[in-house]
Amino acid sequence: MISTTIPHHLRRYRKALFSLALLLPFALLLGLALGAYSIPPLAIPQILLRGEGLEYQVLTALRLPRVLGAALVGSLLALAGAVLQGLFRNPLVDPGLIGVSSGAALGAAIFIVLLPGAGPLEAYALPLFAFLGGVLATQVLWWIARTPMGTQVLVLLLSGIALNALVGAAIGLLTFLATEEQLRSLTFWTLGGFSAVTWTTLLSGLPLAFLAWALLLPLTRPLNALVLGEREAFHLGADLEALKRRAVAGAAFGVGVAGGPAGGVGFIGLVAPHLFRLLAGPDHRYLLTGSALLGASLAVLADLLARTVAAPAEVPVGVVTALLGGPFFLYLVLRYKREVYRA
Amino acid sequence: MRPNALWLLAMALVPTAWGQPHRVVDATGKEVVVSSTQRIVSLDGITTEILFALGVGNQVVGRDDSSYYPPEVLRLPSVGYQFRLSAEGILSLRPTLVIGREDVRPPQVVEQLRAAGVTVVLVPTEPTVQGAEAKIRVVAQAVGRQARGEELVRSLERDLLALEAFKAQRAPKGRLRALFLYMRGPQTLFVCGEGATPVGMMVLAGLENAARGIRECQPMTAESVVASQPDVLVTFKKGLDSIGGLPGLLRLPGIAQTPAGQKGKVVAMDDLYLGSFGPRAGKAALDLFRAAYLQEGFVEVVP
Repeated sequence: MISTTIPHHLRRYRKALFSLALLLPFALLLGLALGAYSIPPLAIPQILLRGEGLEYQVLTALRLPRVLGAALVGSLLALAGAVLQGLFRNPLVDPGLIGVSSGAALGAAIFIVLLPGAGPLEAYALPLFAFLGGVLATQVLWWIARTPMGTQVLVLLLSGIALNALVGAAIGLLTFLATEEQLRSLTFWTLGGFSAVTWTTLLSGLPLAFLAWALLLPLTRPLNALVLGEREAFHLGADLEALKRRAVAGAAFGVGVAGGPAGGVGFIGLVAPHLFRLLAGPDHRYLLTGSALLGASLAVLADLLARTVAAPAEVPVGVVTALLGGPFFLYLVLRYKREVYRA
Repeated sequence: MRPNALWLLAMALVPTAWGQPHRVVDATGKEVVVSSTQRIVSLDGITTEILFALGVGNQVVGRDDSSYYPPEVLRLPSVGYQFRLSAEGILSLRPTLVIGREDVRPPQVVEQLRAAGVTVVLVPTEPTVQGAEAKIRVVAQAVGRQARGEELVRSLERDLLALEAFKAQRAPKGRLRALFLYMRGPQTLFVCGEGATPVGMMVLAGLENAARGIRECQPMTAESVVASQPDVLVTFKKGLDSIGGLPGLLRLPGIAQTPAGQKGKVVAMDDLYLGSFGPRAGKAALDLFRAAYLQEGFVEVVP
């Protein structure tokens, strides 16, 4: 009996991973093919071969970096969400909990309100400030949560809540100081959007994205061990301190670099890991890769909607992720609840 | 043969009308060469207004959300708000010229448009008469209508002379203190001072700025409103609507404790008319002067 059930579960995981690996290129192609500037999708290969003209510019200089940027941001947010949910052993954890999102918002607010008129520098300095803000906030949190006996996850969680409130107050103070125009920039930043993603911003973020992936993706086995509890994981030989350090650092880098160009794109970090668990299961060996793939596709599709529903104008992508992700997520949770009751 | 010759003549004339490149030094101080103005996308309300006043309104193919005057521009597709733009949305209208404020956002959009081969002209935004003239001249040069632009500048100067004559004739005893309130719903209340366009317009209209020491717009506090003791409150029409009209405004904390609040002395004016220093600046200032000095109680100024 047992010998048949285990392969069955594995098959389910593999099938889910395989379909997600197919979904991502499909989403990328769709994102590349559709947009406010109408280009017949079948003409795209020809335009790319020609290598010049306005259509070529739209495809290669505007859509391609944007679609790839959305995928990058989505994968980082989802991966950070999956790892942190595993680390805190709490499915409600969102990457924002370790202070990185609010820290990034504070960095952006400081730049917008206290350093106005940076003009041409803004395109590069705003993402940099957001990234530094996110990483610094997480670093502060890490210092607070560290004890001589190691880092306590509960303390990390509690101080995360306190730090978020504190940073929220600082942002509140800055919004109070902001002029009306700065306030509008700030609100737009917090709603998120990919329209400012260029090749330069994308390529400058890539090394840090690789670092985040390299830190987070190999954490599958210790996270699986941690499911049993901290003490049990320790007895199974997991180096818990190293795990916590890597998970928090990786998530901070990932979410920080994602928040820079895109602003606050909410919900993907929370939803993507859940969706994968509902699709396949909770095994971290598949969950991390699956969440990253799913998050990337979700972000690309959300961005596609954001820039086409009101074309030629654009809806903030954070609004789209929350408006579509919220009800869908609720539906899945309700279905899951029914299944649990039936069992 | 004859129709053919006419056709050739017409073809020869078209390039002189549209094809000649115009040179313009825009708000960034750099020279921009505009090779075609056949399809213009305007990213700013006052720029749109100037384009129509220059007689090239029929070449405007897209606008932003702040462009709603003259009313026919509302038929054009909007590319969104001027501080939240996307290059592809603008490019989808296939513009040959994109023209907007010097502080459009995100700044990458300008780079992206230029990289796609679209000419972008950025218009200065200084809230003074000189700023209004600079705005008109930059837009006029960008579309090759310098002569018409100078006419607009002269007509603006005539309006300003009329304003001065009118002000001198009706010389009020003592100047009124005016406070500009920027409102977007009861939770978003700002007091504007030096550097804000509507305040520049108030000063032009002979009103004294009651908000001393405030740069641009700052969150409104009840006590600062009381301390400034304005004789008249000036607001945008849309702002007043957003807080429930005059009764809503008079209910705001601090307003009742000012001379303006006690007399219900409020001037509400169309947002673009009051808030953008364009070709109608002289007329707007005259209307504001009349409403503040010569009329009692609540006045709504319709352009």
